[in-house]
Amino acid sequence: MAIRVFFLLLLLHSSSIPVLSLYEDQVGLMDWHQQYIGKVKHAVFHTHKAGRKRVVVSTEENVVASLDLRHGEIFWRHVLGDKDAIDHINIALGKYVITLSSEGSILRAWNLPDGQMVWESFFTVRKPSKSLLLIVTDLKVDRDSEILVYSNGNLHAVSSVDGLILWSMNLAAESVEIQQLIWPHGGDVIYAVGFSGLSQLHAYQVSAKNGELLNHDIVEVPGGFSGDMSLVSTETFVALDATRSIMVSLMLIDGKISFQQAYVSDVVPEFSGVAAILPSKLEGMFAVKFNSRIAFIRVNDEGMLEMVDQVEDLAAVSDVLVFNEEHRAFVLVQHGGSKIHLNVKLAHDWNNDLLKESIEIDHHHGLVQKVFLSNYIRTDRSHGFRALVVMEDHSLLLLQQGEIVWSREDGLASVIDVTTSELPVEKEGVSVTKVEHNLLEWLKGHVLKLKGTLMLASPEDIAAIQALRLKSSEKSKMTRDHNGFRKLLIVLTKAGKLFALHSGDGRVVWSLLLQSLRKSEGCPHPIALNIYQWQDPHHHALDENPSILVVGSCGIGNDESVLSFIDTYTGKELESVSISHSVVEVIPLPYTDSRERRLHLLIDSNKQAHLYPRTPEAAAIFLHEIPNVYWYSVDTDNSIVGGHALKHNCISEVADDFCFSTRGLWSIVLPLDSEKIIATATRKSNEVVHTQAKAMSDQDVMYKYISKNVLFVATVAPKAAGRIGSVTPDESWLVVYLINTVTGRILHRMTHLGSQGPVNAVFSENWVIYHYFNLRAHRYEMSVIEIYDESRVDNKDIWKLIVGKHNLTSPICSYSRHEVSTKSQSYFFTHSVKAIAVTSTAKGITSKQVLIGTVGDQVLALDKRLLDPRRSANPTQAEREEGIIPLTDSLPVIPQSYVTHALKVEGLRGIVTAPAKLESTTLVFAYGVDLFFTRLAPSRTYDSLTEDFNYALLLLTIVALVAAIFVTWILSERKELRDNWR
Amino acid sequence: MVNRGRDESLVYILLKISVLRESLTIFGEQLKVLEQPRWRKSHDHFALSAPARSTTARKYEFGFSRMVTARALLLSHSALRLFQSDELLVDDEEFGLEGGRHAPAVTDYPIPGRSTTPTPTPATPTTRRRYSDIDSDSKVQFTLQHAFGDSEFTPAGTFTARLKTGSHGGQTLTKLRFSRNSLTDAEQEKFKGLLLEDDFYKIRLPSNVLSPPGRNYTFSSVRARCLPREGLDEHFVMHMEGVNILAVNYGSPGACPYPRQLKVPAKWSFNSHTVLKYSEQAPRTPLFTEEALIGENAEGEIVAPPEKSFWAKYWMYLIPLGLIGCKYRHKKKMISAQIQKVLARKPDAASLSGPVSA
Repeated sequence: MAIRVFFLLLLLHSSSIPVLSLYEDQVGLMDWHQQYIGKVKHAVFHTHKAGRKRVVVSTEENVVASLDLRHGEIFWRHVLGDKDAIDHINIALGKYVITLSSEGSILRAWNLPDGQMVWESFFTVRKPSKSLLLIVTDLKVDRDSEILVYSNGNLHAVSSVDGLILWSMNLAAESVEIQQLIWPHGGDVIYAVGFSGLSQLHAYQVSAKNGELLNHDIVEVPGGFSGDMSLVSTETFVALDATRSIMVSLMLIDGKISFQQAYVSDVVPEFSGVAAILPSKLEGMFAVKFNSRIAFIRVNDEGMLEMVDQVEDLAAVSDVLVFNEEHRAFVLVQHGGSKIHLNVKLAHDWNNDLLKESIEIDHHHGLVQKVFLSNYIRTDRSHGFRALVVMEDHSLLLLQQGEIVWSREDGLASVIDVTTSELPVEKEGVSVTKVEHNLLEWLKGHVLKLKGTLMLASPEDIAAIQALRLKSSEKSKMTRDHNGFRKLLIVLTKAGKLFALHSGDGRVVWSLLLQSLRKSEGCPHPIALNIYQWQDPHHHALDENPSILVVGSCGIGNDESVLSFIDTYTGKELESVSISHSVVEVIPLPYTDSRERRLHLLIDSNKQAHLYPRTPEAAAIFLHEIPNVYWYSVDTDNSIVGGHALKHNCISEVADDFCFSTRGLWSIVLPLDSEKIIATATRKSNEVVHTQAKAMSDQDVMYKYISKNVLFVATVAPKAAGRIGSVTPDESWLVVYLINTVTGRILHRMTHLGSQGPVNAVFSENWVIYHYFNLRAHRYEMSVIEIYDESRVDNKDIWKLIVGKHNLTSPICSYSRHEVSTKSQSYFFTHSVKAIAVTSTAKGITSKQVLIGTVGDQVLALDKRLLDPRRSANPTQAEREEGIIPLTDSLPVIPQSYVTHALKVEGLRGIVTAPAKLESTTLVFAYGVDLFFTRLAPSRTYDSLTEDFNYALLLLTIVALVAAIFVTWILSERKELRDNWR
Repeated sequence: MVNRGRDESLVYILLKISVLRESLTIFGEQLKVLEQPRWRKSHDHFALSAPARSTTARKYEFGFSRMVTARALLLSHSALRLFQSDELLVDDEEFGLEGGRHAPAVTDYPIPGRSTTPTPTPATPTTRRRYSDIDSDSKVQFTLQHAFGDSEFTPAGTFTARLKTGSHGGQTLTKLRFSRNSLTDAEQEKFKGLLLEDDFYKIRLPSNVLSPPGRNYTFSSVRARCLPREGLDEHFVMHMEGVNILAVNYGSPGACPYPRQLKVPAKWSFNSHTVLKYSEQAPRTPLFTEEALIGENAEGEIVAPPEKSFWAKYWMYLIPLGLIGCKYRHKKKMISAQIQKVLARKPDAASLSGPVSA
């Protein structure tokens, strides 16, 4: 009978798709969300009364944001698209933020107080070129100000009120590249100055009112130009010649150009090498950089050049700031030890410092890269200055009165790679937990909770309970917990900085700017690549801290690479190695040495393999396993997939025991004219699979083809590699491959006709799910392929599986020719996809969910059962019992199944999952410009009681039962006594 | 217990339970049933392949014992080819069979099979002879090359096939034949060396059969110890895209368990099996819009859920009643009789449950 009840329950469950959703008061209990903006490129301070508290910034993550100057919080923020880089930002009419983006093709106005978009104008751009933005005010025409945009050879004037194009002018006829737009104050004439060819200088005089060309002057400058040009005043500007050793000062008087040339070495006696003009706008002056020095050169009214000063090791110079109507100031930033020195100087008076401050700055921020200056009026009516500083780690600091007012870790907006690390075990006596320091507080908390349970709490009490729950110290402890929910998320950012975030509340536990990934002589353009688990002690070396390996390369064309080893508990760099070969691929091997350090194989561009750690012990372990090490390479340019094995030690002048040459084992040569590789996917190396067999409803057993060495490759027709809709369905196709990477055997190959990329794929267990566009149906599709091993078909009977007559434990060799069968099915899907991942749990028992980063920057959890290739229109009773959902043509998007509930992970780029110790639970971290972390239980938390479990009711029931037992016992005793007396 | 996800393990356990429950009654039958399909399947195997129109090429790998059947199949297949079908050739003939010496069970002569094979000429590996007749078929030849470990590639055999031009201009290969050169003494020595070291035996094919080597050679390798059985058993799977060979998968036809045992073949001759594979088409995404419309048009008829039996409906009431009934011994006989009566009758007897409890 129990079985029948069970089946009924099962039927009930299988007919309903588990929807995971939260109640409103559960938000923030186990998830956190952080908002960032990225590295600031431009900042504009607002001087009007209402906007004084704010600064508007544009960043390298294509974000335009308004920040609170007092606290650094975001007032509003807009993340523009991936390819919509913001080139210029300015403020017009005192209430609009104007942005020019996508190489000068999109001009937008945002409302300054709330960030609403007011208008948007488009300019056609055929080829990307330099773009310029100039805002002309006081035009005495309808109180409008005009926005001048130069892009792709055209000069446009746009009304700042409604974004209408007032006039346009084509300057591309003589192939002139306009470098500067100049608007002399008070006039209605605009000058556009640019180069054509190598040495011709053009000056156009244009009427600001109607775009009429008033004058056009051309001057031939001997020596040519290098491209740098700096505006010194409204009629003077300075350029460098082609050799970068002669300065040309140009005067523009009534549309006529006159110029003077001077050798840099004549003006600056110490000059050597090549010079570069800094882009900072300084009034009456400009800055020239050579070697590590910066010289400030003043230009007088006749165009004569005269050096004012030169400064060694100057970090940054701000643009000139106009304050108090006629005063002009700028700031110089210099480093000195662990401090930075700010010098605010007046433009016309070099020798007097308006303000001099030095501020202690954490060395984890690196060097100052940019500075923006703003002024305010102090309480004593004098002028004060504050500086917004962008640091090497992309963080943003506001400095005022010699202090850091606030700082933002905006490097976290550009996460490259993520890994997780365990926290230290809680030791006896070294308890990290803080005992509730106040007994009264503790009592209060418990009284509140009791009130909540007894439903006596007032709304204020409920709010207090909620606050208590949210900042419960339990989840932000610095030790390992029983369920494995508390972990460190180690995050590597584009700036080469590592952050350890606590999974409980998302706070930064430690951060480290990797010295090895900073600019140096040998490594001018370092790029951080990946993080790998280096040492993960769990059996032997338990007294050692776990550590990670960060791999960086020194840029394209540079054969140097750097490795850093970092302790994940302390955040200290243990060791950093500069290696003399490039790193194309890093293969973590499944072998560890006696200190539990994982062996890694680094493949360089010459297809030589290098073993790390470089110890004799590691070499001995590895030599033993050499015949069983294979790796594959995917050459997307030539559409070749190749397999390789290791041979013997490298042949080189210097004997190297840790270098191995490789040889090709197999190759798949895809025809270039019909197939181009656009996506690959493999299984996660640390994925755990619980059952190798799948029991069917008809009591058959299907064996999953489980191999770590399966590669999914998707190719499209080369024509169809562009954006969606650029080809007709007949010319486009998508071919998918499943390849065993040891033998090169193509396990499955399938063509989707009329389909196109982009393809996002995820591989797990024996299945792969991929997302693409179907041109015939005009919809996105998701397909699933499941692959099964048919060679163990003899054990098909479930009885044999139960009584143990199976060969599940025998080693599987890729060279055995396994018969495989595949099942596949496609479904329509509503959204385009930014990232795709799959949940992973500790033992792999819990069913899986596919996590999809949607175009709306949210994460959607889709049950894998919806993507089952065995779904049919009318499943039989047995199949329903097994949990097969009736077939539909599209995948349902249920609003409750958004993992991110009401939040958005702006600019979503990746989703990472990590198993918790509790089998039912998986940890999900989504990153983009924002960070989001949560816990998921794809099959509900079947192995633990939920937080809102009613303990009181359970207790009450037990008490009532015990009481009832006593009462009935007494009653029966009495009755028996009475009966006996009778 | 409330695992709502349908993980296999759970399903598996549940099935175990269900099997245990029903085992007593069904066990005998089940064994029969399970035996039958397997037997039937092995027959389907050949029944399916005879028309040579199936898309699943995996069924065409022939073991020794099936060789005879396979050859018969080939004959019937070539007989079929006399009929010129005007069907669009999308996934025509996904397999071909090898020439050469492929059936040692039938004959032990090493010479006759090979004497007919053309000697490969590495200088001009491809000779392409155009037929003038209407079916625009032409013959194509390409060479198989092999290498022992890291040695240079040398010719090892020749593939011959007919090039078929489809009505839409696509070219496909059909009727692939293979003649393997025998290993010379030097090569045998090299192969023995490979066996000793458990090294790789490599083969390669041009990536384009019309203009070899095409863009590049596509190569494949196998641990030499996987090949020896009686002779040397090899298995080629060529993945084709028109006249391009995307990949060749080479290996032994059967299992090659690890650790690999050293075994020197008794005969130094190859048993070759060759399969040509073209790309499968993905199944179409199901479309339900039409069906949904039809369902609506069917006069709004509401499908009534199937009528449940009386026991299925009221078992939860009947069991406690039955248990209570057991207590009153003097009434027991009467009640059980009535329950049986109730059970015997159909649902209209439901009203009787009242008097039963009374």
